[in-house]
Amino acid sequence: MPSEAVDTDPVSPHPSEFSTREYAAGFVTEVESETFPPGLDEAVVAAISQRKNEPSWLLDWRLEAYRGWTEMTEPRWAHVNFPRIDFQEISYFSAPKGDRPKSLEEVDPALLETFEKLGIPLHERAFLAGVEEEPASAVAVDAVFDSVSITTTFQETLREHGVIFCPFSEAVEEHPELVRKYLGTVVPRRDNFYAALNSAAFSDGSFVFVPKGVQCPMELSTVFRINARNTGQFERTLIVAEEGASVSYLEGCTAPMRDENQLHAAVVELIALDDAKIKYSTVQNWYPGDAEGNGGIYNFVTKRGACRGRNSKISWTQVETGSAITWKYPSVVLLGDNSVGEFYTVAMTNNRQQADTVTKMTHIGRNTRSTIVSKGISAGQSSNAYRGLVRMDRRAAGARNYTQCDSLLIGSESAAHTFPYIESRRPDAQVEHEATTSRISDDQMFLCRQRGIDPEKAMSMIVNGFCREVFRELPLEFAVEAGKLLEVNLEGAVG
Amino acid sequence: MSLLEIRGLRVNAGGQPILKGLDLSVDLGEVHAIMGPNGSGKSTLANVLAGREDFEVTAGDMVYRGESILDSEPEERARKGIFMAFQFPVEIPGLTNMELLKTAVDALRESRGQQKISAADFLKRARSAAESLGLDPQFLRRGVNEGFSGGERKRNEILQLAVIEPTLAVLDETDSGLDIDSVQLVAKCVDAFQS
Ligand SMILES: Nc1ncnc2c1ncn2[C@@H]1O[C@H](COP(=O)(O)OP(=O)(O)OP(=O)(O)O)[C@@H](O)[C@H]1O
Ligand SMILES: [Mg+2]
Repeated sequence: MPSEAVDTDPVSPHPSEFSTREYAAGFVTEVESETFPPGLDEAVVAAISQRKNEPSWLLDWRLEAYRGWTEMTEPRWAHVNFPRIDFQEISYFSAPKGDRPKSLEEVDPALLETFEKLGIPLHERAFLAGVEEEPASAVAVDAVFDSVSITTTFQETLREHGVIFCPFSEAVEEHPELVRKYLGTVVPRRDNFYAALNSAAFSDGSFVFVPKGVQCPMELSTVFRINARNTGQFERTLIVAEEGASVSYLEGCTAPMRDENQLHAAVVELIALDDAKIKYSTVQNWYPGDAEGNGGIYNFVTKRGACRGRNSKISWTQVETGSAITWKYPSVVLLGDNSVGEFYTVAMTNNRQQADTVTKMTHIGRNTRSTIVSKGISAGQSSNAYRGLVRMDRRAAGARNYTQCDSLLIGSESAAHTFPYIESRRPDAQVEHEATTSRISDDQMFLCRQRGIDPEKAMSMIVNGFCREVFRELPLEFAVEAGKLLEVNLEGAVG
Repeated sequence: MSLLEIRGLRVNAGGQPILKGLDLSVDLGEVHAIMGPNGSGKSTLANVLAGREDFEVTAGDMVYRGESILDSEPEERARKGIFMAFQFPVEIPGLTNMELLKTAVDALRESRGQQKISAADFLKRARSAAESLGLDPQFLRRGVNEGFSGGERKRNEILQLAVIEPTLAVLDETDSGLDIDSVQLVAKCVDAFQS
């Protein structure tokens, strides 16, 4: 499904216009916050629930998750290295003081400015793509600052179309029946250690519900900002597309530069009913730590989509440039006959960053199809691992998967690892796997330089070209952003 | 003063001497043909002129517009107006011709203290260059040489020449691999460049 987004614009924007060649999102906002003391126990879980005026069924749900979590041990199988995390040293809730603002006028100007600085306008005006001659388009934004949502734009417009887009905690208050029906049905509370922790302590995130037959009229996006020190962010996102509905959703993430590591353990659940389509894009730019590997975010998240209905489709696109450690496998469970799962990823690591990521496709319905396109780039002394699992259930007659896994190495100290797993219980299932590992060739660099382009720019252009198949899946505004992020992250990689 | 003055140039590749004392003087507006059997060092000369690092200049000098370019980086030479059409143009998958060209034109303009070219002006220039070479403007949207035929790659080099408008162009066997019609189109383009 090659979208027109990047192709129709013959001249892509020029990342060289991006002048601050460092982690531009690394600033701290001075706001008065209410932060829970470090530690997690049943009382803290109850306090989070109470802060959010949750009904008792949800408190019970959290407590059940908490008890499950205490019985679990941290997984260590990923190809990443980090010291043991002391979960009692993390604070599980931090929010700017005061009640949730009822309108934009009530929002603390310091917070508005924070999002403005990150390039995310919270006023309901068009989102400028920064692309020459490209018409501006509207994007609805839910802005999450530490543990709470600050504001959500275009809610009124969306409501007219029957679309619900709101902070998770608001959904619990206003649409409890929907939350209760779907929460935890894709990622069960005890799915894994971090999912259990999230289920106990989750703070805010977004809730999206697109009713039967409705095509969501604009892009939806949630912007996550970690600001407070020593806090974890445990967001929870749930997206439901009913029969024949469609929606495109994007999340972006940033955090200040700090010497200590911070934990981000999210859970995202997607549900697509008959003929529904969900497109979920991520541009992840959490603080990666400094060149020596100090600080940065531990990004340990569980993202899973369920294609429950016939002909439904879930497509993940992710561009991962940030985080000290990225450990996640957004996956799709293909239950409905003829359902389609797609996964496009660019994972770039530099300096001491580590990534163990990609996806899991579980084929259960008949004639289900999945595509995985993975582009891994490792520079500096970083390590980048592809881990992909394709599972063909006994019932999945006629199922097909195509996987393409390309790695690009920059410099001589970086590493790429590929761990493909295929489990097939159907002799007729088709599973294709193609993998390549390459380096930027001297010939390519010389061609660009001979045309007058400096080496840093040449490298970023070649790397961007390598990622094109994935970038073209992103909404245009974000494809531009993603290209710039890669360029900034490649800083110092030309040797 | 000549545009280019090569004096007693000696070049080694992989420890082997390839060019053993070459002299050449080129004036603005002149066309020179450098001939020699396979392996005699024609491409070596072109690469050394363009600043490729795999070659070692052991003696002599290359003076362009009165200044030695021996110590300049490839991109600096390009910005001074030196262009090379490659004998074996390389693929850069996913990077469109258009992006490469626009970035190149902007880099050259920036080095001369000029503003970036507007997207519209650039498109016009690139399209008309493509047309005069008998290339479908769709070529501009494709990855650099990605899946191009041999002859298409050669024409693509001349397309870059036409858009970049250098002062000194070294065409390394651009005619080989072109069919008769293409040779004529390319020749017309090169003539236009000369004037
Ligand atoms: N890196 C290298 N190490 C060793 N020998 C090299 C290297 N590069 C080039 N040569 C040799 O230098 C010689 C000149 O090569 P060059 O490509 O310049 O020839 P040419 O005149 O362009 O030939 P053709 O007509 O085939 O294009 C050849 O013998 C080639 O094998
Ligand atoms: Mg040659």
